[in-house]
Amino acid sequence: MKHLRAVNHKARRIQEHIENDVVAMQGPPTPAGQRPHVPMGCSIVFSPGWEVDSSGGTAGLCQPVERDLYDCYISCYWPAQVPDHMNNYPDWTAKCAAATKDWRNIDLVFP
Amino acid sequence: MNFRLGEFHAFSGGGRRFLYTVPSAGIFELDDTSAAVLARLSQGEATQEELLAAADAETIGELYQARIIATTEAFVDPPQPLPDNFPLQTMVMNLTNQCNLSCQYCYEFGEDKVATPEGKPKFMDFETASASVDYLFTQSAGRHGVHITFFGGETLMNFPLLKKVVDYAKQKAADQGRAIDFSLTTNATLLTPAIIEYLSANEIGVTVSMDGDKASHDKFRVFANGKGSYDIIEPRVRELIKEHKTRPIVARVTMTSQAMDVLGTYRHLKNDLGFHEIGFAPVTTSPNRLYSIDNRGLDSVLDQFGVLASEYLDHALRGEHHGFSNVSDTLAELHQGVNKSHPCGAALGLVGVGPSGDIAPCHRFVDSDTHTLGHVSTGIDKAKQNDFLSRGHIQVKTDCRTCFARPLCAGGCHHEAYVRYGDTGHPNLHYCDWIRGWTNICLEIYGAIAAQNPDFLRHFSDRKAAA
Ligand code: SF4
Ligand code: SF4
Repeated sequence: MKHLRAVNHKARRIQEHIENDVVAMQGPPTPAGQRPHVPMGCSIVFSPGWEVDSSGGTAGLCQPVERDLYDCYISCYWPAQVPDHMNNYPDWTAKCAAATKDWRNIDLVFP
Repeated sequence: MNFRLGEFHAFSGGGRRFLYTVPSAGIFELDDTSAAVLARLSQGEATQEELLAAADAETIGELYQARIIATTEAFVDPPQPLPDNFPLQTMVMNLTNQCNLSCQYCYEFGEDKVATPEGKPKFMDFETASASVDYLFTQSAGRHGVHITFFGGETLMNFPLLKKVVDYAKQKAADQGRAIDFSLTTNATLLTPAIIEYLSANEIGVTVSMDGDKASHDKFRVFANGKGSYDIIEPRVRELIKEHKTRPIVARVTMTSQAMDVLGTYRHLKNDLGFHEIGFAPVTTSPNRLYSIDNRGLDSVLDQFGVLASEYLDHALRGEHHGFSNVSDTLAELHQGVNKSHPCGAALGLVGVGPSGDIAPCHRFVDSDTHTLGHVSTGIDKAKQNDFLSRGHIQVKTDCRTCFARPLCAGGCHHEAYVRYGDTGHPNLHYCDWIRGWTNICLEIYGAIAAQNPDFLRHFSDRKAAA
């Protein structure tokens, strides 16, 4: 953190929590065996860790937010807030090899 | 989606800007950029674009992650269940409910007492005491160190038992490879050179109940015939402070409407008598008692606390010890960032045991039939304990929901609440202004130390904050 200085112990713990979470999302994925099992899908299958985490933020999600993109794009029949893969925009993510890095290449679509 | 201010208390110290985040109890220092975001939001909600005009996305992200700013979508913290099993840490043993003084304000014998000692033993016997020690050791499994505080009545009226308990408990700790330490509270009337030597040799911490100089002290701390106890205890206290070398000696002052001279009392106890630390607490009473402190009195007490607190700060900036323990206790909790579900450890890590072996949430409820939680031979009745703890939980205290002092106060003493409102779970609303004023003073001191002599805060790192 640059614009807040953690002063007491608790503030340092909050800082660690924030920084580790952000770092974890950018770093290599944890080996499969160590990952908690989290069902994928959206609210229809009661997936936890969706959109916001239990603290109201995105840092502590059990899956990176980018997951959301692919789940809605590829596997869901429900009209979602992303272009659909099935019929209209099969190439939407063609330039995006790894969502955490290349998400900027995904363009807006104008139906 | 708009942004708004999250929950925090802003304060300054040593010329810097700080925030105390609520309820997480973090303390953060702001820079100009983060302060600009907060300044913008203090004028009202803003969209992300509007905020980006005041600061960069990184700053906004940090503030948001630390929950200093929030979005307008309501978010409610999920309720936290009580822990199933909370290991004991401290047992307060009332060795006797008898006392050789007759302090009018006493919560054990005075007009507002909750104790119902009729028909119960007046002195604890060794069988009950050893069963209590056994109970403490089994119920504290998983903790390395445990603590016993001897209490009364007047603790020293049962000194022979105290010695036996110390031996027994030390042996037990040694057998289990664990640590134990002891402390006691006394009115100092019965101290003798031999007792003082024993206390020092066994590293038993001593708190003396003492209300100030002769005039203040003798107002309430009297023998049954009305004679003040100051002259009796003064030489004994001097001897204690001189000869007891192994632990700091603490004075505990009860303030009443007739003894509110905090500064004079502090100077007397610290400089004239030489106590290491002095802690003050207002008397617990129903509001109609003559000695109860009214709001104007509390304001004056807070002003005087403020003067002593700034003295504390001057000392801390020079790296020196100051004996005003109300400040050091609060700073220790602020430094850890404690965020309490309950005001104190009563019925969680702490219990009181009466001469009969009955277990109470703490020493102040000992011998009260209404509040008994169980017995050392049979353990605690979980349903009663749960009832006590659920009432006292900060989440059910609706009045406290928006108070910035709640991470530390959590509604205040259960016993005080019972005496005032007839319910141990009622927030102590008669003290709120005072508590918030005091918390703010301590935050400012903490901030100033963090800005100007951060090394001093290391003293608080090892210190145990209250459970
Ligand atoms: S009792 Fe008063 S000061 Fe304490 S947390 Fe509740 S509202 Fe705040
Ligand atoms: S704060 Fe009150 S209830 Fe808690 S341990 Fe102290 S006297 Fe007992």
